[in-house]
Amino acid sequence: MRSSVIVFPGSNCDRDIGVALEKMQFKNQMIWHKETRLPKSDLIVIPGGFSYGDYLRSGAIAGKSLIIDEVIRAANSGCLILGICNGFQILTETGLLKGTLLRNKNLKFINKDVQIKVLNNKTKFTNKYKKDQIIKINIAHNEGNFFTDLLHLEKLSNENLIAFKYCDEKGNINENSNPNGSLENIAGIFNDNKNILGMMPHPERMIDEFISNKDGVNLFTSLLG
Amino acid sequence: MKISNKIVEKHGLKIEEYESIKKLLNRQPNLLELGIFSAMWNEHCSYKSSRIHLRKLPTKGKQVIQGPGENAGVIDIGDNDAIVFKIESHNHPSYIEPYQGAATGVGGILRDVFTMGARPIALLNSIHFGSPDHTKTKSLLNGVVSGIGGYGNCIGIPTVGGETKFNETYNENILVNAMAVGHANKDKIFYSKAKGLNKSVVYVGSKTGRDGIHGASMASAEFDENSEEKKPTVQVGDPFTEKLLMEACLELMKDNSIISIQDMGAAGLTSSSVEMASKGGLGIELELDKVPCREENMTPYEMMLSESQERMLIILEDGKEHNAKKIFDKWDLDFVVIGKTTNTNKLTLKFNNKIQGEIPIEALASKAPIYDRKWIKKKPQKKEINLKDLKKIKIEDALIKILSNPNHSNKSWITNQYDQSVMCDTALKSGSDAAIIRIHNKDKAIAVTVDSSAYYCKSYPLTGGKQIVCENWRNLISVGAKPLAITNCLNFGNPENEEIMGEFVECLTGIKQACEFLDYPVVSGNVSFYNGTNKKNIYPTPVIGGVGLIKKITKPLDHNFKKNNSNLILIGKTFGHLEQSCFLRENYSINDGLPPEINLKNEKNNGEIVLKLIEEDLILSSHDVSDGGLITALAEMSIVSKYGVKIQKPKKLTNLFKYFFGEDQARYILEIEAINLPKIEKVLKNNDVYYENIGFTQKDYFEIEGELKISNKDLFKINNEWYNNF
Repeated sequence: MRSSVIVFPGSNCDRDIGVALEKMQFKNQMIWHKETRLPKSDLIVIPGGFSYGDYLRSGAIAGKSLIIDEVIRAANSGCLILGICNGFQILTETGLLKGTLLRNKNLKFINKDVQIKVLNNKTKFTNKYKKDQIIKINIAHNEGNFFTDLLHLEKLSNENLIAFKYCDEKGNINENSNPNGSLENIAGIFNDNKNILGMMPHPERMIDEFISNKDGVNLFTSLLG
Repeated sequence: MKISNKIVEKHGLKIEEYESIKKLLNRQPNLLELGIFSAMWNEHCSYKSSRIHLRKLPTKGKQVIQGPGENAGVIDIGDNDAIVFKIESHNHPSYIEPYQGAATGVGGILRDVFTMGARPIALLNSIHFGSPDHTKTKSLLNGVVSGIGGYGNCIGIPTVGGETKFNETYNENILVNAMAVGHANKDKIFYSKAKGLNKSVVYVGSKTGRDGIHGASMASAEFDENSEEKKPTVQVGDPFTEKLLMEACLELMKDNSIISIQDMGAAGLTSSSVEMASKGGLGIELELDKVPCREENMTPYEMMLSESQERMLIILEDGKEHNAKKIFDKWDLDFVVIGKTTNTNKLTLKFNNKIQGEIPIEALASKAPIYDRKWIKKKPQKKEINLKDLKKIKIEDALIKILSNPNHSNKSWITNQYDQSVMCDTALKSGSDAAIIRIHNKDKAIAVTVDSSAYYCKSYPLTGGKQIVCENWRNLISVGAKPLAITNCLNFGNPENEEIMGEFVECLTGIKQACEFLDYPVVSGNVSFYNGTNKKNIYPTPVIGGVGLIKKITKPLDHNFKKNNSNLILIGKTFGHLEQSCFLRENYSINDGLPPEINLKNEKNNGEIVLKLIEEDLILSSHDVSDGGLITALAEMSIVSKYGVKIQKPKKLTNLFKYFFGEDQARYILEIEAINLPKIEKVLKNNDVYYENIGFTQKDYFEIEGELKISNKDLFKINNEWYNNF
């Protein structure tokens, strides 16, 4: 499986996701944001970080960058796209995913391990997880508070487009298990065709028992098919 | 322009110093030259009050590649891997503007590390605030924490450790010390020493603005009621640009283009160019028209004294400009040749085709003033506290008082604001005795920690100095690392005051003695004097940052109890030293007497044997015993665990308060499996290590037989209360 990681100035999880993909046997390439052509890829990853310093609004400038037209084209022709953290924010800025990521409810950067529940395991990204499996995963963001309009929210629920929701160790999805104020505890969503996944938590940080755990591994093995 | 005494004083120089400047130049300096002298001769850059004492510190060892004097210290961890690290203060700016002060403190120390060719892999900090009830404390804490996080999170270096303390001595002068640790290949370290004539001097990074002019002079004076007016001298940080600068520099360092490189920190372009020239025994000529400026009509004076962040000066090999520029273009950063090296041994500054200033390099560097300031020895204030004279309290209440105090409270309110996991090599995070960072792609790791003990240092600086080094060493041992070397940040009051100077000299002597005995050399550091406001000086607060090596990682050792019914061993002798203890301070507001004595021989022996046991995989969890004593250390272990403890009453020391709250040194708590007990006891006995079997782990409860029983959950609640109510 061929993957490409887009590197923006200010991306800082690009190395981490690159390492994870290679460890999982992807044939990975790092693509600099000034490139205008993408190599043939089965998966494009937009990594976490602070692209362009996130100075205007998280992901806003990256959403208008040179390479992003290529990403949109690839997405529309069915290529798998994974946006993690800042990558999720960028995907909403491009319109590839609907909704937006507001500032965390407590107005602070949050880094910690949280639990998320796999709501839809019948996708290219999640098929190696069990339905409703609870996984422990790291979050690290200032703007992870997912928000969207009611119509979209209904659609997300009805069409099974919610990938993950924040929950507690027992799987309860409620205000106490919501770290950032996200609407309905949403941690990650798909587009209509389910070839694009945007998520705030970092699966690339959860592939190594020594450092954390291996709860992120199944996301990569799902993609490998 | 005539230089009046008033102008001299405004530049933070003494009249006598101005007289020496005239002698060195054989003439009166112009305003630009005076500004440059003030930048180089202030305490922050010249170390004029501390230099003669710093020379006494042990800085050498098998493990040392580069000691103090460079941008950062460098140590050898084997296999061509080197660790580059340093700690630095940003106290004054952080009090005036907490967010930017703290942020640029982090930015500055990161540049010191990647300037030497290292990729930063960890950030730590030591932050001290005034009394928790002081009106400013909460907003300062909030600003500083956001600033540290704002910078580190954006640039993508994990902030993995630190300490946060409160004491009214910092009410008007907080401390913000930031430490950065990087990894480099041993054969690819870059230095600041210039070499060769007519080499291009290149300016890279951000443009120069009017921010931070005279920042270093500000950091070399006491605060007064007008300090707030100094806001414009605080620099503004841009972590995004620093990220680009870091990547561009590391990319350029892959080949052999760079002769020398120096970041523009305090006193910006002035100190970087002088430093490079002085180390290389050369002159340097700058054409200031070429300096990339952010604002219009900047004068040479402003350019030379600006402390705009995220800038570097590089001396390149001939013919490498083109390729080097390509790299900086890729990262959208300025890259301009602004001068060259010369054989004049002078700093020559041109602007509009005219020489605007010319100063012999040695006048700014080696001939800068050095003072042997007067100091007085601290008289030991022996005072034994007799517990019988004090109001009776229960052990449980005394413990709760300590655990609920902000100084001992769970700090996740702070650490959750820092990205601790980015780079995916953080094996043990904040809240542990030390953080563990894996060396990328290898099966070894380093452990890092920062420590300070201002109360001990205040009451008896000599012992205090020894104690912090030892505590730092113990913290590394506790996670299974062999301590290798330290960096220090020496935060003190006004050195012109003999008592304060005495505190400095004696703390340093203590540090020296401990470092020598433990083979734990000092490889980098920073001195921050004039911490105080209106003649009120802070407690002497040397901060030690230590780095240790874990040669072969299996699983990180922390202080969470692992099993039910494990044996608990206390290493080291408990004498019951209560003077200067947390117990007396929190419960009786008593601050008298001497700190616990340090026995370096025991310290070394206990540490080495504990490390040996850990390396043989005989230890389930471990924790060093420090302020708050045995009971606090046990509680700290229980709070983070599923298991609590059941501790027996001591057989020898019958006063329970002395036994449980005494702060005797060189002690560790080890959790072990019963089956390993005979083997461990044999090792301890054979090596003359004093130990006691103190009890066992048990489910859910923290218990001292016949005295107290609290659930872990309640302990957790007590320990989290303060920050939860923030």
